[in-house]
This record gives sequence, C-alpha cells and structure tokens, in this order.
Amino acid sequence: MTTALILVPIGGALWVWITPWRTARGPGGLALLVALAELALWVGTTANFDFSSSRPGGLQFDTKVVWFKDLGVSYNVGLQDFTLWLVGLTVLATAAAVGYGFWVGRDRPAAYLGLLLFLEGAVVGVFTAHDLLLFYVFWEAMLIPLYVLIGVWGGPGRLGATVKFVVYTMAGSLLMLVAIIAAGLSAGSFAFADVGGHQSVWIFLGFTAAFAVKAPLWPFHGWLPDAYRESTPEVAGLLSGVVSKAAAYGFLAIALPLYPGALDDWRVPILVLASIGLVYGSLLAFRAPDVRGVIAYSSLAQMNLIVIGLFATNASGNDGALLQMVNHGLISLALFLLAGAVERRTATGQLALLGGMARGRPVLATLLITTGVIALAVPGSTAFAGEFLILNGIFTVGWGWAVVGAVAIVLAAMYILRLVSAVLHLDVGSAVPEAALDLRPAEIGVIVPLVAVLLFLSFWPAAITDHTRFFGG
Amino acid sequence: MNGFQQPNIDWAALSPELVMLGGASVCLVLTLFLPWGWRRPFCAAIAALCFVGAGGTAIVLFTMDETGRGIVADAIQRDRLAEFAQILVAGSGLLAVGASFGWERSERDRVGEFYTLLLTATAGMAFFVAASNLMTLFLGLEWFSISLYILTAIAVSWLPSLEAGLKYLIVGSFGSAILLFGSAFVYGATGSIGYSGIASGAEGADRFLFVLGLALILVGLAFKMSAAPFHMWTPDVYQGAPTPVTAFMAAATKVAALVATMRILVTAFPSEARLWTIALAVIACISLAWGNLAALVQTDIKRLLAYSSISHAGFMLIPVAVGTSLGGRAILFYLISYAAMNLGAFAIVAARERELARPVTFDGLAGLGWERPFYGAAMSLFMFGFIGLPPAGLFLGKFYAFSAAVDRGWTWLAIVGVAATVISIYYYAGVIGAMYFRQPVEVRMAPAGGSPPRDFGIAATVLLSLVVTVGSFVFAGPLLDIARDAASVLNFPN
Repeated sequence: MTTALILVPIGGALWVWITPWRTARGPGGLALLVALAELALWVGTTANFDFSSSRPGGLQFDTKVVWFKDLGVSYNVGLQDFTLWLVGLTVLATAAAVGYGFWVGRDRPAAYLGLLLFLEGAVVGVFTAHDLLLFYVFWEAMLIPLYVLIGVWGGPGRLGATVKFVVYTMAGSLLMLVAIIAAGLSAGSFAFADVGGHQSVWIFLGFTAAFAVKAPLWPFHGWLPDAYRESTPEVAGLLSGVVSKAAAYGFLAIALPLYPGALDDWRVPILVLASIGLVYGSLLAFRAPDVRGVIAYSSLAQMNLIVIGLFATNASGNDGALLQMVNHGLISLALFLLAGAVERRTATGQLALLGGMARGRPVLATLLITTGVIALAVPGSTAFAGEFLILNGIFTVGWGWAVVGAVAIVLAAMYILRLVSAVLHLDVGSAVPEAALDLRPAEIGVIVPLVAVLLFLSFWPAAITDHTRFFGG
Repeated sequence: MNGFQQPNIDWAALSPELVMLGGASVCLVLTLFLPWGWRRPFCAAIAALCFVGAGGTAIVLFTMDETGRGIVADAIQRDRLAEFAQILVAGSGLLAVGASFGWERSERDRVGEFYTLLLTATAGMAFFVAASNLMTLFLGLEWFSISLYILTAIAVSWLPSLEAGLKYLIVGSFGSAILLFGSAFVYGATGSIGYSGIASGAEGADRFLFVLGLALILVGLAFKMSAAPFHMWTPDVYQGAPTPVTAFMAAATKVAALVATMRILVTAFPSEARLWTIALAVIACISLAWGNLAALVQTDIKRLLAYSSISHAGFMLIPVAVGTSLGGRAILFYLISYAAMNLGAFAIVAARERELARPVTFDGLAGLGWERPFYGAAMSLFMFGFIGLPPAGLFLGKFYAFSAAVDRGWTWLAIVGVAATVISIYYYAGVIGAMYFRQPVEVRMAPAGGSPPRDFGIAATVLLSLVVTVGSFVFAGPLLDIARDAASVLNFPN
C-alpha cells in the first residue's frame, strides 16, 4: 500500500512523459487523473489505518526488501500515524497544483505535469522511508524535478534562482549523507529502528544541516526569496507548503528522536536561530513590496515557528508542530495560488500597483480573506490551535521562547492584514484592469478544497492531534 | 640457448584477449578485400561480436575461477578481479562500436584500422588488468596506449585530432617512461619483477630505492588514470580526439588504470601501505580540487567532461586510498556506472556534433532537451548521476566510496569529496540548464541542415548506457556481490 503511494505518481509521471500526445489537453487530463487516483488511494489507506495499533513504532502497511546486504541497506517503507497526515497534505496539495497547472496551460504540459507527479512520489517517499539511505534517495530525488520546474518554467531570474537553490540544498544534504554513512556504519544497518545507538553530535549536526537548509531555518534561507518568487505559483506553493515539510519531518523523525544526547546541547542555539528567523521573517514579510514576498517571508517565519515547536520535544509542542505543518502547507499553497490568480489578472505582484480588487470580485475576496484570517491564527482557526500548542509546548521549556512566539503572532496579523488590504481594499491599483475577472470556476475548484480542509480542521483540529501517538519512529 | 624453457601457456585463460586479437586480425586483413560500402558494417559487426565474445568468455572465466591463479609462468594473474575489469572494458568497447558506427562517413578508408585498433586497445587493457609482474604491466600499458595514440589521431585530415594524438603520444610516453624507471628501481631493490616476489623481497630491500620505485610507478599509473597533477594531457586529448574514441578512452582507460593500480599496490607493496594510502589520498584531494575548479570555467562540453573525468579520478581514488576490502568493492562498483555514464554522455555529444557539424559548447546544447527528448533525458540523468544523485548507480558508488573512507576513519576525506561534489553541481547542472532552460534561438545556433540522419548506433549506445546506469542503482545488491567477489582476491592491507 505504501509502495503504491510512492509508485503511482512516479509511474504516472513516466506514463505522461513517454506518451506521444496529440492533443494539448491529453497530458493534463491524465496527470490530473493520476493525482486524483493518488488522493483516492490515500483516502483508502486512511480509512484502513488502525489508529489504535500498538505495533512497535506504529508502522503500518510496511514493506521491507533487502537492497544490498553487506551494509544493511533495505527498501523499507511504511506509514505511521503522523506521517499519514503529511502524506495526505502532499497528495492533496499536488492534486491542486496539477489541476491549477493544467488549467493555466503551461508550456510543454507533459513535461511540466509529469515533473509535478514525480515530485509528489519523491516527497511521499521521504515521508514513508524507514531506511536512512532510502530516505536520502527520495530526499535528493525531490531536488531533480524542482530544479527543472524552476529552471524551465520560472520567471526571468530563474537561472540564478535554480543555481542558488540547488547549491544550497545540496551542500546541506551532502553533509547529511556523511552523517547517514557514519550513523549507518556504526550501527551496521541503515534502518531507522537500528541507528541511534551511537550518539554523536556530529551526526546530529549533519542531519540538522540538511534540514536547516531545506526548511529553511534562519540564516540558511538565502535561496528562499528567489526560488519562491521565480517559480510558477503552484511550484512555489508546493515548495513552501510541502517540500519544506520534509525538513520538519526530518527533525521530527530522525534528528530529534535518534540523537537525544546532542539535542540537549544544541537545543538552545537552534531555538535562538529559529526565534530570530521567526521575528526576522515576520518583519520582512511586513516590509515585502510584493505579494509573493509577503508569502515567502511568512513561510520562513512559519517554518521557524514549527521548528520551535519541534525543539520543545514534548507532546504539546510536537502535536502543535505537526498540526501547523499541515495548516501551513495548505495555507501557503492556497495563498500562492491566489497570488498567481492576482498576477494573471494584473501582470504584477507589486503591492503598490494593486488594490481595490475586492469590488466586483467576491469569490477572490472571500477566499483570500478566509485564508488570510486562518493564516494569522485568529482564535478558533486551526492555525490558532497549532500555534497555541506550539507555544504551550515551548512554554514548559522556557517562557522566554513563548514570548517571542507570541510576538510573532501579532506580527503575523500585521503582515497578513497588510497583504489583504493592499490587494483587496484601498484604492483601485494602477495595474488592476477594470475588466479583470473574478476567480474562474477552475481556480475555485482548485482553491476551495484547500480552504475547505482548513475550515474543517478549524472545527476539529483533533482530527490530527488526537490521531498521532507515535512520534519519531 | 638451452637455459630458456617455454612456460606452459593456458590458452583458455587468455581467451578474452585472444578473441579480441583474432577479431583485430580479421578486421585488418579481410577489410582489404571488401568493397567500400561493406567495410564499415563488416568491421563494426566483427568488433561488436568480438567484444561480446570477450565479455562472454570473461564471464565464463569469472564463474569458473573461484580462486585466482597465475598463468604463463605467473606473469599474468587469472582471477575474478581481472575478469571483472575485462567485462567492463569489453562492454565499453561494445558501446564504443555503437557510438562510432555513424561517425565520419568520409573517413571510410580507415575503417578497418579504426576497429582493429579499438580491438587491440581493449585487448591490451584486458591484458594490463591481469598483469602480475612489472614486465607484463609495462607491456600491457604500452600495448593499449599505442593503440589509443593512433586512435586519437585517426582523423588525420582534421588538425585537432592530429594535435591531440601527438600530445597524447609525447605525454603518454613520458608517463610510461616514468613507470619503467620506477620498475627498474623496484627490481633493483628487490631483485624480482613478480608482484608477490616484490612483496616478499621488500623486507631486505634498500628502502630508498624501493620507495622511489614505488613513487615513480604510482606517478606512471596516475598519468593513465588522469589524476591531478598528472592530468595535463587529458583536456586536450579528450577534446581533440574523435568523440567516440574519447568516449572509449574515458570509460575503459579509467577502469584499466584503476584496477591495475589497486592490484599492484595491494599485492606488491603491502609493506608500504601506510605510504601509498596517504599518497593516494593526497592525489585524490588534488584531483578533486583541480578537476572541479577547472571544470567551472569550461565552455566546450568535451573539455568539461575531461575535467569531470579528472575529478572522478579523485573520487575513485578515495576508496583505493583507503586500502580496505570495502574500498575495493566500492571502486569496482563505482566503475560500472561510471563507464556506462561516460560512454552515454560522450555518445550524446557525438550525436550533437554530427548534427551541428562543429564542436559542442554550452551554446550548442541549447534546446537539445526539447528537440531530442530521449537524448536530453538521458544526458540529464547522466549529469545528475555524475553529481551523485539517484537514480544513477554512481550515487551508490559515491555512497560506497564515502562509506569506505568513513569506515577507515578518514571522515575528512569523505568531507573533501562532499565539498568537491558541491562545486561540481554548478557545471553538471549547467549542462542540464543549457539543454532545457534556453532556446536555440537565444544563442542563434540552429542545427545544420534540418533533421539529422537517424543514428541507431548512438541511440543504442545511449539506451544501453542508460540501462546500465539505472540498473546498477536498482540491482545494486547482486552487482555489489559480484564486486565483492572480484575484490576478494586481493588481501587489502587495512
């Protein structure tokens, strides 16, 4: 079942690529079908998932095949209750992204949509792998489609953005490779369950390097503004909404549970970085001149907040971080798609040129305000639940961290409200044509499900928090 | 006169070399009696058959030789290490036949010689990797080197080819001379030319002469594997040689040189293991630094791949330098996908060259990914593979190489490798960027004369390389077992 979740999108990608398409709509239709099939598969898996299972590690639907035995590497995949939610985020987000890309009509649709599906397979692989080398394989496999997706379909500054993105992430992940080698060789096996006996600060730092760049943790975010601005909205949404969660997952499943010794020494430095990142990202989001900039820097802030929750290493902090990972994934993708919708209508993302778009465009206004209100963590929203749990968790570690987090929530309200009013309210911007349409049915069809899930989680955040017991393998 | 006794020769054990030499004679002689139009298909078919035959006999020998044994008065060691390398060089030869089939239709009057030399070069390498005394080592080295000198210059009407051939001849002979010089010192010190004799004679040898000899032999071999700082010939020769020849050289020479180096160091110089492990580690670091940094500024793709080959010499020396059985396994496994990826990448360059009728630069690659989706996808996979990304077998090769270093306690060497990899991303990813991110109109370079003739030889070569590259990733388990069997014939010092 888990293998199917990985192989369906990858096989779908190959199918989309090698079919000699005669019509422009063919590849989009097939890709969307594959993405929806994957979503259905995930729903089926969730329905069959035993949340009260008491198996060690809570691993279900697992497969283990020896890959090469002399170093103890195997193809070992399975789902835990908390990874189930992350996989769910991935499949839902990818379905939305594929649908959006199909509707927009990207150039060379077969290549484009195939790459999105391939990315989905790789991300699902990252969330489900239970062997360090396999995890690394999927981790690097995420990079390949992203490199091409940004490089081919990105904006004018795409070449610089791809180089920065790839070099940053590879520098981090290769350090992780050394850490994986050291961890695996000392344990004689690369399975999550077996490594960790050998405690080493260096191994912990190797993993942390990769996750810190990918999340990104301040000050390793140099690639982020370019990558988020230059890529297409759906790729930016996946990048900030889904791929960054792979890094948070890495902390949650590998670095924190396996290296508790190193964690004690490094908790404070990392919390300091994350706190700086949270405030810094929020301030930059407040000052960013364009829609994408606001979302990009708010993503930076949110990811740093999630890292704070993870490094609380208690039930409340982890629950909150997990919930917030799902929340932020959906919020970020929805905001990027809405940003894309605005950019399509006005040919700009500069806030100074926008404004007054609410009048006569009720659907756009409703969706943007709803998503925004959830994003700024209004009490009663799922983001509020997530952030409250995170702050509650970190409060027990030290009240100072919680104060920083609370300040950042105020800043979130400032930048989100600034974004909403700069796009929707104020005077009609010079770049906003009178004839600019409201959201089209296809856009609504893509964005509404994301917002609907957010509203559902607002009513019942326990859907996730009460169904996660097995943190960290 | 009567003192000489002819040694018993086990002809069957020499069959891979003999098959290729037989094919070479057939190509050379029979071609003369064939009409022009038949020569190329005939020679290519003979060469391909012989490569398949040589690879097949090597496989048969591999399954038969549980333990190694010396043949021809112990001048040659018949063991799984040699057979493993012979399978790889024969496979490289086979793919080179595919890459060269459509090449230079006008040069038809040298077709027989071309395939003859390809066969003799491969036979020389097959002999070289099995050499177990200094004489056969030198013989094998000269045998394949001289074939390669001529192959490099075989496009005699094209000046760069001649120039490259001359450079290769001069620098290569220099390297060979150094190797011979070192052999003389080692013989002088130990009184033996056999590897095992050298190892046992090392005890009472004059240490200065012995170590000097070892150093010179190492330098001679480093020339062949184009490890920095003995790589000066590589960029010029790779760039100037006809691309199919470059493809073959890049793949097969590397295999032969590395396997022979590992064999001589481990079997003849175990007593100096402390010395040569460190020396190789230093050479590896220099190659990694030099190859990668110089590659950053290249614009010609063949030259770029030449520097990439220098940097990979560095990567491959890491597991050899470590001197453990894990390292032995790592290098052999590494070579499988490395050879395949080089052949595939150069074959694609050859295809583009024919299309554009000029040397391929970054500009020349513009749009290749969209115009030729198969070549584009394959080239991307090779480039991502050279970086060390899945799903190429080289990813696991690098993983094993770094593992060997960490296992030995040389984590610093793995970190140097990691740093080099980070630098290499820039130019390998640049190749992919050139193929996909730019349109041909941007650089005003249109393919010469519309759609190129279909070249099934190149397509087949690329497909086979792709299969090996991805196959060595997916089926790493069984291949690593084979590599382990091959490496287990050596007694690693660490």
